[in-house]
Amino acid sequence: MIENNLVKEVRKSSDATVVALSGDVDLHHSPALHAALIDVAKGRPKRLVVNLSEVPFMDSSGVGTLVEVFRRVSAYKGKMVLCGMTSRVRSVFEITKLDRFFTICETEEQAAQV
Amino acid sequence: MGSSRVELNITSHTACLPVVRGAVERMAGLSGFTDDDAHGLTLAIDEALANVIKHGYDGREDQPITVQLSPVTADDGRRGIEVQVRDQGRQTDPGEISGRPLDEVRPGGLGVHIIRAVMDECDYSCPPEGGMLLRMVKYVSLKKGAQTGEADRPAASTDA
Repeated sequence: MIENNLVKEVRKSSDATVVALSGDVDLHHSPALHAALIDVAKGRPKRLVVNLSEVPFMDSSGVGTLVEVFRRVSAYKGKMVLCGMTSRVRSVFEITKLDRFFTICETEEQAAQV
Repeated sequence: MGSSRVELNITSHTACLPVVRGAVERMAGLSGFTDDDAHGLTLAIDEALANVIKHGYDGREDQPITVQLSPVTADDGRRGIEVQVRDQGRQTDPGEISGRPLDEVRPGGLGVHIIRAVMDECDYSCPPEGGMLLRMVKYVSLKKGAQTGEADRPAASTDA
């Protein structure tokens, strides 16, 4: 696992890998977050759930990072789901119209089933 | 905030971004911005600085950037904040600075789109001394059903 202080926790089960993030996702942190999530994707989890409930701020570098990881996961027919977005983070996805592109759930439990 | 103006002089290091965001959030709160408006203003300034760091300075971390925040008042009485982001980086024709179409899903190129979406005014220019100047303004949003002029009433915490 690549060290990244935004990644609070990685939990793996047979069906999904959940990555919980904590902190602001901006240009300062996005490169390391990108490396960490790509590292998780290399394990080819069937379902990659990114829990954003403890992310108070995200800019376009963070959104772009998630788009790149989504492409990596989709390439091996995996599924990537985002959950727990605060209203501020969700607004960035809405402004960029990427809320229509990602599968977004309220809770981790929903993200595991959708 | 009265007529006070805030000027932040930072280097083009990404570690400065959260410091600027903190100052902007605080000023927005003192100026009576709603949480949504404060977030929009903060996001736009973050995106503007990220663009300067990535494109104006090609990622160099020790270059100067000045962020100036000034209270302004709209014609209809609403409060606002004018932001000027000044750098000494590569100049770009302001006419070529535009957000990319959103129907293409790919990373990158979203910063300018976000800035134009959340700010009420946004103008890039190339000062003769070099570098770029971005001037943008965000006003307090009108509440639904509010009449013009209502929004200029100070919020409870404005004069803290």
